[in-house]
Amino acid sequence: MSAASLKVNGRVHHVDVDPKSPLLYVLRDNLEMRNPRFGCGLGQCGACTVLVDNHAVRSCQLTVANAVGKEIVTLEGLETAGKPHPVQAAFIAEQTFQCGYCLNGWVLTTKALLDRNPHPSDAEMRAAFESLVCRCGSHVGIFAAVRRASQAAKRSV
Amino acid sequence: MAPKTGLTRREFVKDAGGILIGFSMVDSAIAPRLLAGVSPDSFSTPSPSRLDAWLRIDKNGMVHVFTGKSEIGMGVETAFGQIVAEELDVPVNRVTLVMGDTAMTADQGGVGGSTSIMMGAKPLRNAAANARYLLTQMASQRLGVPPEQLEVRQGVVHVKSASSKGKSVSYADLANPGDLNDALKVSGSGFSLNVKGEGKPKDPSEYKIVGKPIPRVDLAPKILGHYKYVTDVRVPGMVHGRVVRPSGVGATFVSLDENSVKSIPGFLRTVVKGNFVGVVAENEWAAIQAARALKVTWTEPKQAFPVQQDLYKHMREATPKASKETAKKGDVAAALSGAAKKVEASYEFPFQSHATMGPGCAVADVHADGVTTVWSGGQKPHALQKGYAELLKVPLDTVRVIWVEDAGSYGRPGFEDTGADAVLLSQAVGKPVRVQWMREDMTAWGTKGPAVMCDLAAAIDAQGEATGVQFTSRAFSGGDIMFRPSTAGNYLGAQLAGIPNTSGVDEFAEWGSESPEYQFQNLHAAAHVVPAFYEAGSPMRTTHLRDPEGPATTFAVESFMDEIAAAAGDDPLAFRLKHLQEPRIRAVLTEAAKKAGWDARPSPRKTSASGKIATGRGIALSTRHGTYVGTVAEVEVNRETGEVHVTRFVCAHDCGLIINPEALRGTIEANLVQSMSRGLKEEVMFDRSNVTSVDWVTYPIARASDIPAKVEVVLIDHPNLPSSGAGEPSSRATAAAIANAVFDATGARVRQAPLTPARVKAALDALRQA
Repeated sequence: MSAASLKVNGRVHHVDVDPKSPLLYVLRDNLEMRNPRFGCGLGQCGACTVLVDNHAVRSCQLTVANAVGKEIVTLEGLETAGKPHPVQAAFIAEQTFQCGYCLNGWVLTTKALLDRNPHPSDAEMRAAFESLVCRCGSHVGIFAAVRRASQAAKRSV
Repeated sequence: MAPKTGLTRREFVKDAGGILIGFSMVDSAIAPRLLAGVSPDSFSTPSPSRLDAWLRIDKNGMVHVFTGKSEIGMGVETAFGQIVAEELDVPVNRVTLVMGDTAMTADQGGVGGSTSIMMGAKPLRNAAANARYLLTQMASQRLGVPPEQLEVRQGVVHVKSASSKGKSVSYADLANPGDLNDALKVSGSGFSLNVKGEGKPKDPSEYKIVGKPIPRVDLAPKILGHYKYVTDVRVPGMVHGRVVRPSGVGATFVSLDENSVKSIPGFLRTVVKGNFVGVVAENEWAAIQAARALKVTWTEPKQAFPVQQDLYKHMREATPKASKETAKKGDVAAALSGAAKKVEASYEFPFQSHATMGPGCAVADVHADGVTTVWSGGQKPHALQKGYAELLKVPLDTVRVIWVEDAGSYGRPGFEDTGADAVLLSQAVGKPVRVQWMREDMTAWGTKGPAVMCDLAAAIDAQGEATGVQFTSRAFSGGDIMFRPSTAGNYLGAQLAGIPNTSGVDEFAEWGSESPEYQFQNLHAAAHVVPAFYEAGSPMRTTHLRDPEGPATTFAVESFMDEIAAAAGDDPLAFRLKHLQEPRIRAVLTEAAKKAGWDARPSPRKTSASGKIATGRGIALSTRHGTYVGTVAEVEVNRETGEVHVTRFVCAHDCGLIINPEALRGTIEANLVQSMSRGLKEEVMFDRSNVTSVDWVTYPIARASDIPAKVEVVLIDHPNLPSSGAGEPSSRATAAAIANAVFDATGARVRQAPLTPARVKAALDALRQA
């Protein structure tokens, strides 16, 4: 065990954990956060996605030691002043998802994608999502939400 | 949202602000232990015979609905809210639901068979109609106006006549204790449980809320990250458990070396019961490390499974465990022997995994005071209450199961087993234990949808008419692990601990109920159940996976209809319509075809066999307990690699009265994608002793690149017909629609699912050589 400081959703948290512990378990277990979520622990599905310096990262594959000093944002950290992030608003407007357990991956990957490429082509969007899993099969709604968020970004420019 | 966990009826009453319609204070049977530690009298399930078991109105005018059903991702919570709001004439956001808590909700059999709206909503609708009737009676007395001169708007009872304009009283003001402690007439049980009172539900022509695309109440909290899944349940003193499964089927526990894990910070202890092995630790990461590092010695596993490539040979040769004749009309044997042409084909559908997005999680608190609480995402909580009570050998009313949503479900996925693991570990350590399975625990050791094979034969006469059909299925039982998990032996952990599985049933893959029922002059259908590979504690336990045998038998029957149509030189749609009478069934096919711009002609299409990409269209039908689905698939087939890509789905869907069209559309779209994934990619792999599909690499499912560019849903609404199910029927026809499109594109018929590139390539090669 050793002390570590993690900056999560703009707040610094001090934890005393195994530095080799994946960030996922520290966020969920020590900081008692609801997101990200455990899906496979193998980096294969994306349910545990967080933003690390605004890159979508699998928190089951990132040790606490490697997360220190980084800006970590989780799904619940996207809202500002109680207002959904435009990407979240697009997913809500499209009424995307069935069980929704996978959505940390889809929503945060969309945010990271659109920040770099506000108007991705269909092929670019699919490529960005290829490593994510949605078992219920909500992809049609997901793609519609990404297009909606991309359009909203266009309007606000 | 009404609280879903950690709140008793009594607490609930207190928090809700006191006065609840129909709540009787003599309800001493319902006094569950408060989490704070008050001793319980009982965790008894409320009797459905009273109005307050179904709904209550608090002094703020909020309507609290109690249902034994639960939300597994298809929007049923929202739909139920709409149904109750409609009958009561209250805004839909004034209705909140408590779902699947055995101490707070009546036993409605849990979720299953796409029946939540079709059957489970009935008692809620009737209870709400009755509450409205009684509230109107009370308002009549209060206002001194006959009931027929009253109308309800937004939860307020108003006087209609102009002279008394402004006279009104709200539901909230009418709510007094005991006033509406109304007895209801109960009929049926489980899924068919229903109640009736004096009040009659509205005529559908009056609906203002039902039928509207109300946003789902669970989605915004999920997308914002606020939603509480069962993985987020935390109780005081909780520790973390993980399970360690045997080295293979039939391997028995010999010993373990606790020194292999002692040095892990936070490790508490190991638990062994027969062949059930688990570890418990103070934190999750320690439990994971301990489960990985624990050195366990097992006996050599049994060679209980056949070589995978011989699976269907094994099924064909195995002596059936049970057999039955499921349809008999005319004389098929005579029709076949006198046929001008005979079409025969066999279709094979593999074992598949629920492979839920999260691999199952539960918290169990087997408390020293004799009371047990289990938080589980299993979709039949009242059955789990019985099963866990039996596992612990304690009275039923000392066990409370609180349903909290887990990741998907799709039947009987293993969440039930995770709960049993948590019960066993909590019992051993005397603390609340949270167990989350690892990916392998779900994909490899979780329950499986049964492998199914079907032999079909058809007689075609000289005029090209199909005069007779014969259907014979061989399948592992859909109920080897009983889908109603109400016995201890149902659970994997319990089986490993030595408790026999006594509750299994022989569930057949049947013509008709599990596939579209076509009309032929002569018909014979038989079904056989193939014995399980291994009696208990096996990673190949078979049970319900959306929707039991339907996708497999529909793959067979709907592929075969295409084959007969081709043999008869008919257009696949025209051929089907010839053998279907019911207008609603015909309509889903014709509506889907219309929307798709169906190219009416026999398959396969006439194209040159050159060119890398071949395109085609296929159609298939699904009927399921009064719901009708017609699906058109358009595909591209890569002739060089055998890869199939679906470019478009058009699905026409008729489930009677639609409660919420947008939620329904989302469910259908997702079903199409999930069933496409099952039809193209999914197959549980195994060696002689183990399932070797352990994760998302070894059990691949559809990814972003596989999704069709166009998915179009045509909703056919029948406001005057009762609602039927929508959770599963749109899963059934997809694999056949794709296989039929592949045939249309290439002339190659693939009869084994999933349609992997290797299988399609083999069929194309065989065609070239023929």
